[in-house]
Amino acid sequence: MWRYGRPALVLLLAGLAVGVPLWLVLVTSAKPQGEAVRPNLDPPRHWQPAENYADAVSQGEMFRGFVNSLLVVVPSVALVLILGAGAAWVFARRSSRLVSAAYALTISGLLLPPAVITIVMELRQLGLAGTRPGMIAVYTGMYLSTSVFFMTGFIRAIPTELEEAARLDGAGPLRIFLRIILPLLRPVIATATIMVMLYAWSDIFYAFFVLGGGDGATLPINLYQVASAQLYLNNWHLIFAYVVVMSLPMVAVFLVAQRKIVSGITSGAVK
Amino acid sequence: MADTAIRTRRAAPPPAGGQKRAGRLPRAAVHHPWWFALPAVAVFVAFFLVPNLLNFYYPFTNWSSYHPDIAFTGLDNFRTIADDGSLLRSLRTTLLYAALAALFQNGFGLGLALLLEEDSRFNRFFRAVFFLPVLISALAVGYVFQALLDQDGALNSALGTDIPWLGSTTWTVVVVSVIHGWKWMGLAMLIYLAGLKGIPGDMLEAAKVDGAGPWRTFRSVRWPMLAPALTFNVTTALIGSMNTFDIVQATTGGGPAASTEVFNIYMFRIFGQGLYAQASAMSLVLFLIVVAIAIPLVVGLRRREQML
Repeated sequence: MWRYGRPALVLLLAGLAVGVPLWLVLVTSAKPQGEAVRPNLDPPRHWQPAENYADAVSQGEMFRGFVNSLLVVVPSVALVLILGAGAAWVFARRSSRLVSAAYALTISGLLLPPAVITIVMELRQLGLAGTRPGMIAVYTGMYLSTSVFFMTGFIRAIPTELEEAARLDGAGPLRIFLRIILPLLRPVIATATIMVMLYAWSDIFYAFFVLGGGDGATLPINLYQVASAQLYLNNWHLIFAYVVVMSLPMVAVFLVAQRKIVSGITSGAVK
Repeated sequence: MADTAIRTRRAAPPPAGGQKRAGRLPRAAVHHPWWFALPAVAVFVAFFLVPNLLNFYYPFTNWSSYHPDIAFTGLDNFRTIADDGSLLRSLRTTLLYAALAALFQNGFGLGLALLLEEDSRFNRFFRAVFFLPVLISALAVGYVFQALLDQDGALNSALGTDIPWLGSTTWTVVVVSVIHGWKWMGLAMLIYLAGLKGIPGDMLEAAKVDGAGPWRTFRSVRWPMLAPALTFNVTTALIGSMNTFDIVQATTGGGPAASTEVFNIYMFRIFGQGLYAQASAMSLVLFLIVVAIAIPLVVGLRRREQML
């Protein structure tokens, strides 16, 4: 019974819980405004996805938002991964009170909420308020804890003999780090990339405080502005075109990194 | 999590070999020099820790867009938010939201993990399907559910009903926390799956030989072995949902009648009015509440892991 019941249940759940919202997004993004005013699950009587996406690009500043998002998210992720890997290596391999304290401090960001209001104050004093470097610094500071935490757990499981063998061949720390540790970190790098990209790509809260709604606005801020005009314009068709475009890059990254993610989570978080 | 900090010392690798102790520096300093860790620590301190320390000063000032210089004013800001009721209301809403969101996120995640445990092609595909909501931004998720649950929305039109899903001062907070659970269930599922994978096969085999049914095996083998995954999931879910903003902002904007106004929504609104110190006061309260809840929670769940 359960042999057939289980797949049937999975199909039913997937259809209701994921299929229905997904369907709503896709059909609404292809409807003319008149049909989309009251969102429903009916297929569009008149299909016009191309016009809607073109409108979202022109009215919603989608292209500028996309570039802004990339310019902030890519450096943040790179910094989080590089700085995090270096720190995790030291934290995983050395044992002293000082190392333990530095590790505990660095991963405290997993528990503590970022003090978003005073971040704005500090950035103003540093002359970084409203700038991309300021935003990158904030994201890096915020998500370092995640990558250090995952990577430290992962490196502890890598046998030290590998490093010793390289050392006997005369390799220095930098070489060992680049040639042995980094390549072995690939699964956990995939996990950390996904996690940090997810947070940074979709973040609106911190982007609002740091970047504001001006020329530097990222995609989520643009979406928020398009949706806030909703009250007067009833533009569900544009909102959902935006939602699709914003989600596609994340889905693509996930599909590429998918296999590594599970092993990264297995070794990093659950032990 | 900080829980790992607690066991750092124990889990640290033993000093390997120890025969060749050459050079003047201890070998750790030669092989794993500090400067690999310093940039990360420096960035973290400068852009995470320092703002959190500043957050112990600015709530006690009159910092706002209306004052050119910042002066110390003591507890005025806290008095204001306590007197107008926003402090207690936000506190209650945030805690209720976080508890419910953690419950739903973990319930859905564990259910899916058990349902999709076996490693088949079919299951792998549907794991990815249930992970989809994690990949969609929380703001977008909020708008999708607004379109679904609005009184004029898709759900009412499909069911032929007229229920104000997002319009109840009592129930909307529950509805929004279900949406939060829905968005993150895929991540909880992956972590529970990782935990399930870590259970030795002979243990399940032994349970089968002893005549244990699926429920008995779950109670006595799977559930205890899932303790570390549960610790991780419950902690991150609870803390993540105390920091919530996007989903609530996109579905209700804090309404109706401020019944879903969590801390971050309040901060966002008040900051927009230029009352920076007051927003900062709320941020300090959030910080203290998270610390007060997270530390006992982590310690408690760790202890539970050891007992199981």
